[in-house]
Amino acid sequence: MLAQFSWDEIWPLAVAIGIVMAVIPGLGLYMTFIERKAAAYIQDRIGPNRVGPLGLLQAVADAIKIFLKEQVIPNHVFKSVYFVAPILGLICAMLGASVVPFGPTDPNSTGGFRAIIAPHVDIGLLFLLAVSSLSAYGIVLGGWASNNKYSMFGALRSCAQFISYEIPMGLSLLGVIMITGSLNIEQMVTAQGEGITGWNIWWQPLAALMFFTASLAETNRLPFDLPECEQELVGGFHTEYGGIKFSLFFLAEYTHLTTVSFLTALLFLGGWNFPGLTGPIDASVTGYLLRWLVLVVKVALVTAVIIQLRWTLPRFRFDQLMGLAWCGMIPLALMNFIGVVAVLSFGFSKWWLAPLSIALVLIAGWWTAKTTTASMARRTALARVSPAAPAAN
Amino acid sequence: MTKEKTVKWAELPKIGLAEALYLPAILDGVAVTLKHMLGGKAITRQYPEVEPDIPANYRGVHRLNRDDKGRVKCVACFLCETACPAKCITIKAAGTDKDDPNWNDRDKYPASFEIDELRCIYCGMCEEACPVDAIELTTIYDLTGLTREEMIFDKDKLLSVYDETVAKGDDPIRTKRGVLGPASEPAARSDSATQGDSATQGDSATQGGGATQGGAATKSVGGVQ
Repeated sequence: MLAQFSWDEIWPLAVAIGIVMAVIPGLGLYMTFIERKAAAYIQDRIGPNRVGPLGLLQAVADAIKIFLKEQVIPNHVFKSVYFVAPILGLICAMLGASVVPFGPTDPNSTGGFRAIIAPHVDIGLLFLLAVSSLSAYGIVLGGWASNNKYSMFGALRSCAQFISYEIPMGLSLLGVIMITGSLNIEQMVTAQGEGITGWNIWWQPLAALMFFTASLAETNRLPFDLPECEQELVGGFHTEYGGIKFSLFFLAEYTHLTTVSFLTALLFLGGWNFPGLTGPIDASVTGYLLRWLVLVVKVALVTAVIIQLRWTLPRFRFDQLMGLAWCGMIPLALMNFIGVVAVLSFGFSKWWLAPLSIALVLIAGWWTAKTTTASMARRTALARVSPAAPAAN
Repeated sequence: MTKEKTVKWAELPKIGLAEALYLPAILDGVAVTLKHMLGGKAITRQYPEVEPDIPANYRGVHRLNRDDKGRVKCVACFLCETACPAKCITIKAAGTDKDDPNWNDRDKYPASFEIDELRCIYCGMCEEACPVDAIELTTIYDLTGLTREEMIFDKDKLLSVYDETVAKGDDPIRTKRGVLGPASEPAARSDSATQGDSATQGDSATQGGGATQGGAATKSVGGVQ
């Protein structure tokens, strides 16, 4: 079957798959280490620094430990689904990474090595969103198969959070898609032009913020990690998992995180564009490598912000979480969408979009401030009765 | 719905635009964590390269003291064994050989003195109970062993702890408290007799509570009452 493909078509695919398969698990592993170090420095202490110079081999030690751990399979779990759930989560996370370019790519390239596994997918973004929606299955199946009340609650909460935040994620990307005119991710980066003035974040700051927040909620990161925090639910949907199965769940989470960081950097921060890097992508080797470096630095910055937010913000309560998604972000995303449609179809300049987004945010904040105090005051007053109240009034 | 006069209405602080937006508060928080992350004021102590500051009255591994003649101070009065809440001390008393010129002035000595360092809760009751300051808790905190048997310290081991700590110079500071018995050093005895009576009172109080045996020891202490 493979004979119909010539070697010229296969080798770029093989190399790209090799890079992704090597980098993403390794990155997931080292992100545990980076997260521990970042958390430590934020908390005025030093993280792991014993294993290897500056503790850099700590991740390797963690990997060896995970592989050598005893695989405890509780008696009460539903075994077939119990094993499938983390694998399913990881498959969906990795599939999504196949349409995300991890280096500079030309949307019109015809051959040769391309820094993307599946090039020229015209529905790239839609495919990515669809496949990452499937990872809700991994969570729900994991919680269900555990045969455990707490895991079930964690899985249900996680699923509800997941599907609630998919909607603002998709809606906020609609503006960017309309500005670019294509769902192809490589096209979206190229359409941002060279230099710094074409980045989508200048025209869609609200959408960028909402996409970032919604993707934090998708990957169960703080401040949205109610399904997996210890204080609330023992362990959430991964209570009954240990060893390699647990690490597969976490690898899926970190893969999602990496994909989402890449998306933020590619769609909103200009991808591999930077002032000073002009001309076609493969004009020179140094240009190519510099662009790769620019992309990696942007992704690293986004990931650093995500890691830092984890140790900065308190957790959302579940009703606050759902309220933010349904009552806050979906109306804002819809209004942003209407704004973009209006500007593009009436032919106004794109630069109207930024003040429009900021105005939307301010109006939403003002409306919340106006309406929240009165109703909350009434709720609180009904709950408190003066202790000196006489029994028979 | 009428506003009842007996109900106290709580006035919540008004949410301004800044709080409703979430973002200014988030940026404040990020600034704080960024300051900590890049500030570099980590307060981790790098053990074992840096040893902690052990206070002088830390309760660590026990030692049996020697008197000025090099003999073990312990008179096998069993006060410490009785006072121990974990029952980790095991003593076998023996009478001294009256013909031996070295042991003429002592009636009893411990033929065997064993402390199970794993059972011990390091409360210091034995040290407080001892009338002759024979047993003390040193500041040695990093005690390790490979078997349970090797952690049962016998008399020789406890005396060797004494030799080590005296050589190192970090003697415990709780020695020489109260009136000491005949097994203690003469200098220590005269020293404590001139010290405040409050120390004596405290000592006899603990010993009165803890001792059912060793009547000879309490009598010699109770003489000052």
